[in-house]
Amino acid sequence: MIILDLALMLITAYFVGFIYYGLYRNITARFQRRIGPTIFQSFYDSIKFFGKKEAISHGWMFYLGPIIMATGAIMTLFFIPFFYQSESFSGLSGYGNLFLVLYLMLLGPLGNAMGVGVGGNPFGVMGVTRGLTRLFALELPFYIAVVAIMSISQSADIATIAGSQTTINAFAHPLLFIAALFSFVAMMGQSPFDVVGAPVEVYSGPASEFSGKFLSLLMSQSAIFSFAKLVLMVNLFLGGADGFFELLWKTFVLFLFVIAFGAIYGRFKTPQSVDFLIKVPTVIAIVGLIFATAWGN
Amino acid sequence: MDEGFLKEQQVMESDLNSETSHKSSVDFLMDWFRRRSIFVLAYGTGCGAIEMPPTFTSRYDAERLGIRGAATPRQADVIIVSGYCSYKTLRRIIRTYEQMANPKYILALGSCTVNGGMYWDSYNTIKRLEDYLPVDMYVNGCMPRPESILEGFMALQKEIGDGKISSWQKYEDNYAFYRKNQEAVLGQTVAPAYDADWYLYDGGL
Repeated sequence: MIILDLALMLITAYFVGFIYYGLYRNITARFQRRIGPTIFQSFYDSIKFFGKKEAISHGWMFYLGPIIMATGAIMTLFFIPFFYQSESFSGLSGYGNLFLVLYLMLLGPLGNAMGVGVGGNPFGVMGVTRGLTRLFALELPFYIAVVAIMSISQSADIATIAGSQTTINAFAHPLLFIAALFSFVAMMGQSPFDVVGAPVEVYSGPASEFSGKFLSLLMSQSAIFSFAKLVLMVNLFLGGADGFFELLWKTFVLFLFVIAFGAIYGRFKTPQSVDFLIKVPTVIAIVGLIFATAWGN
Repeated sequence: MDEGFLKEQQVMESDLNSETSHKSSVDFLMDWFRRRSIFVLAYGTGCGAIEMPPTFTSRYDAERLGIRGAATPRQADVIIVSGYCSYKTLRRIIRTYEQMANPKYILALGSCTVNGGMYWDSYNTIKRLEDYLPVDMYVNGCMPRPESILEGFMALQKEIGDGKISSWQKYEDNYAFYRKNQEAVLGQTVAPAYDADWYLYDGGL
């Protein structure tokens, strides 16, 4: 039965992720006073790329990059329970806790870095360098916030953390939430932290040498991974979800916030984004950690 | 026979005799997706490039038709040859076109791509783009307004959806013809021969 459960989780994340990406493009268009594409546009793009023929080969390691990235995204999804009470849609979360999820979230970018490095495209390498630099900066506040949440809940199990919130953590520990939210905006690749695939600067960054099926795979994993990260944030800070309706509206509110945030701000330079993430959210997270440990639950 | 008027006529008219119906239901489905998702290479080759920013930004908003810019040739479906084409630019266009993944399309803007336009007797521009690369759709005008470009895109989408376009196939089938024309104006400075491995055999990375 667990196979069926995992398949359902993957299918849900795939379709919801793509519809969220379509909404992202549509809502951003509305912010810019455009009509914008349909909400299925990203799905169309992905399928179209799947039907294209590869024009070039850089050897097997080049193609392994997107596959490792997709593996990282899908494994992350499997270890995050969608609901805190239900047996179904809990995936493999009984076999691994938050530490494993944080580790798996790093697997994809590192695998992709190897693949892009083999490709030799200078813009790809620049994108990867920017991505890893940003990764080190955004992890700092996020990990402090997550450690504080774990110590508050006295557990590293995601379902337990989600279920144990009488007042949701976003309100009970707002400083931790704000710090994690800055990191989350960076994790979702939104402005002002969108230095990795920065259009005009490094073209599409790590993806610039990929075409056809592998670009399609990259888009799919991005949709799945985004949904996994949204579910993780909902579980840690917004009190988790008890059913699909609750999960969808909570993830959507969070996603809408990220879109709106990204639509307003311009892009940082890479050093600026690192400086900002290390200074502002980290300090907020440390203060939040002190509050949480000193005054407790 | 790779040259001469008869060959040229044969290449130009090969579309007319080609199979226009879909080969299978998978082709039908893929064409349905292809016409709804068109990535345009953001590469301005001539003066017509000035009409592309308004086409893609808020005023004319090409994204509502599924048309958006692509950052690199690898991800692009359409390359717009926007106006007159000097020999130097042609070399880049050929190289860029050959880096794109199949299926790929060419949209040519303005009268300069049809017959040279006001550059008819210029010493360093080509006259008919069709001699060097397979053009899928011409948009007339000097310069065509964004409305015309969108019309051109919609016509292209319709042809893609009907499964009528196979210009990349035409380019591969008649490569000797196109290559000869390219070499006639560019000499030996033309891009390496059209195959997947030029990148690897071109002096390495």
